[in-house]
Amino acid sequence: MAKQVSAKEHKQYVVFQIDDQEFGVDIHKVSIIEKFMNITRVPTTPDYIKGVVNLRGEIIPVMDLRTKFGLPFKEADDDTRIIMLKFNEITLGVIVDSVAEVVDFAEEEMESVTSITNDRTLDYVVGIGRIDQRLITVLNIEKLITELTERE
Amino acid sequence: MDMNQYLDIFVEESREHLQSLNSSLLELEKDPSDKGVLNEIFRVAHTLKGMSGTMGFTRMQRLTHHMEDVLEALRSDRISANSDIVDVLFKCLDALETYVNNILSTGNEGTKEYKAIIDALAGILKGGAPAKSAKVSVKKSKAKPPKENESEKDDPAEAAEEAAAGSDSGLVEFNQYDINIMKKAFESGMNVFQIHVVFDKGCLLKAARAFIVFQVLEKNAEIFKSVPKVEDIEDEKFDFEFTVVVITPNDRELFEQEINSVAEVVGVNVTPITAEMLGISPDELQGASEKDGVSAASDAEDGIVQAAQDQPKKAHRTGKTVRVDIDRLDVLMNLVSELIIIKNGLENQMSAKDSNAAWNESIEYLERVTTNLHDAVMKVRMVPVEAVFNRFPRMIRDIARELGKDIELKMSGVDTELDRTVIDEIGDPLIHILRNSADHGIETREERAKLNKPSVGSIYLRAYQDGNNVVIEVADDGKGIDVGKIRKKIIEKGLESADIVNSLSEKEVVDYLFRPNFSTADKVTDLSGRGVGMDVVKTKIEALGGSVEVETQFGVGSRFIIRLPLTLAIIQALLVRIGSEKYALPLSSIREIDNIKFDEVKMVRDREVIMLRDMVIPLVRLNEVLEVKDAIPDEKKKHLTVVVVKKGDKLTAFSVDSLIGQQEIVIKSLGKIMQGVKYIAGATILGDGNVALIIDNNSLAL
Repeated sequence: MAKQVSAKEHKQYVVFQIDDQEFGVDIHKVSIIEKFMNITRVPTTPDYIKGVVNLRGEIIPVMDLRTKFGLPFKEADDDTRIIMLKFNEITLGVIVDSVAEVVDFAEEEMESVTSITNDRTLDYVVGIGRIDQRLITVLNIEKLITELTERE
Repeated sequence: MDMNQYLDIFVEESREHLQSLNSSLLELEKDPSDKGVLNEIFRVAHTLKGMSGTMGFTRMQRLTHHMEDVLEALRSDRISANSDIVDVLFKCLDALETYVNNILSTGNEGTKEYKAIIDALAGILKGGAPAKSAKVSVKKSKAKPPKENESEKDDPAEAAEEAAAGSDSGLVEFNQYDINIMKKAFESGMNVFQIHVVFDKGCLLKAARAFIVFQVLEKNAEIFKSVPKVEDIEDEKFDFEFTVVVITPNDRELFEQEINSVAEVVGVNVTPITAEMLGISPDELQGASEKDGVSAASDAEDGIVQAAQDQPKKAHRTGKTVRVDIDRLDVLMNLVSELIIIKNGLENQMSAKDSNAAWNESIEYLERVTTNLHDAVMKVRMVPVEAVFNRFPRMIRDIARELGKDIELKMSGVDTELDRTVIDEIGDPLIHILRNSADHGIETREERAKLNKPSVGSIYLRAYQDGNNVVIEVADDGKGIDVGKIRKKIIEKGLESADIVNSLSEKEVVDYLFRPNFSTADKVTDLSGRGVGMDVVKTKIEALGGSVEVETQFGVGSRFIIRLPLTLAIIQALLVRIGSEKYALPLSSIREIDNIKFDEVKMVRDREVIMLRDMVIPLVRLNEVLEVKDAIPDEKKKHLTVVVVKKGDKLTAFSVDSLIGQQEIVIKSLGKIMQGVKYIAGATILGDGNVALIIDNNSLAL
């Protein structure tokens, strides 16, 4: 598979927006992107867990990245998407403002994390991808998901 | 030869054989003179030896070989069985099981030789039994389990088989009917052949091979007799060889050639049968066929044939079964769930659209179909509790011997069925409770004698169905639980103050045994153990949606009652609304639903309770524990709607905003991330596609 990246190989990332920031996730970890749907709240969970949705018969937890990253609340609209991320047989939906495109850049083009991002996102950042003038913060999905399963 | 593809079959079958050895050995211990059981043990051990040899597991083969030697000696009365010999044989089984487990995990039997066991086996053969123990710890029970009767039948049946294979003439036994058929054949100038086919010992799909042989035969001849019977051959109940008798116009060479060309056939022996061989004289042949011919078989032989015909009955319970991967069943189950969800959706739209007779009818039809399909799929998932119970007699026997107690395990209702998932999980909690009963419940021989109790302590393991639940009871006639001691300990541990403890009922006190860390901390009293890890038992059973209770009478015994839901995947539920949210409450635990006036809500020790027909029932406000923000405040309600649920024998009232109705719901797991969320047992998908959470009564009830 394309996952065994040789030094110069490019990787593809799904780019989405939250607030005025652009984020990216490894396309291999994205199982599907859905429009915003009804979410059922689950009691006694952290506030960034919005609840669960029915994804074709499967119950999938959904996380609000705005809350998780300490950004202000925004009502869902037509652009709002839920990106279903999959890692280790666990699926997690994340709510984002909008999904823009798929980009690719080589891993060495990625800059290590500096202080450009705010503190709460820092923990989940793999690096910053640069395309022309745009900075794309690549998120660490493994950490995001693994952390949730270890929460108990 | 690549054996990997056969490993699964091998492991699966070995386990079955080991299990059957286990139960047979227990029976043998009860009645060492039972030749039927002994023959059965010998047969199974022999099969195991053959199987392991074929697969190249030489250590396993060697061990079974030594086992077989001892069994042979037992069979020929050179030695007689006693507990010590059975002990050694049990050790063999454990060793064999280790081999099989190794094979399962690594594909390799491992390098352990179990020299000690082999030596012990050899020792038995040499010097008789090693220090014969006079007493057999498990006394023979009066009521023989039905299984034993079955295996007793082995004796004549097996004898018949041997007789059939090895009778002087080399012919199988014929009854009058067979002889008449052959007579007719001779009259019309056909040939009659007895064909004996032997398969390679390594042949794994012998039933399939036999089928091919039968096909070849049927092309050229008519088969009218088969030893063993065709059904048995199809079920693989034969030892690598079988005999058929055919009527054919063809020659013997044709059969030899054709059958020999079937793979894995190592020997074909075609014997022509003539009228003289059957003792039919030429005149008789000319005589009318209606005339009863002279019976060729003597009366005695007739008896044997009879026995041979009984053979199918002796067969193990396996019957007509197919092994199906549980994952495939899950897929089926999921599809059924989808159907039910769609049906619920249609129903919703229905009520909106109002009456349309044809539409209505179709939905009702769909409902019937989904219900039946659901039942059918659930039944496929049902497994008799025997699957877990069958290891317990051995376990109790071992514990009893270890502790020097006389204990008899009496099981009933072993064919009660439970969902496969529950079966897989229930074993450990049961082992725990049984151990406790044997270890701490049943008194020693001396104590029992002093108390005038029967010297053999009894543990009863009972399973039965009760409505939508299956109940498993473990009862013993041991010393029971000293409630006074628990009271003391509750106070000692500072869990409650003395006056509260004294006001608790006996039952409430006993429930403390299920508290985590309750009795583990203090192991000095004779109370210890009673309750060690009981919290784990309780957690596990509740995770399965069940409950556990104890009844005890000091000095007389205790009884653990486990209630388990019959099915896990689909349940009847009450849908309720709290604020804008919908929740499902499992119907099975709901006792009643009431509208109560607010002045009936009282405060007792800082807790809200309701008064219902003179009962005081604690009230749980679901909107509060579930953190519902938009619940309707009391002021805006005329009365409080409560759902009274039962947990064990205690009631709790849950307040809700309104009721939606009863519905069949499909339980879905919340997944890894959400599992263990407080108060929530799972989720379900409603007809409109939205998710509703299922409330976990057990964790919410007070």
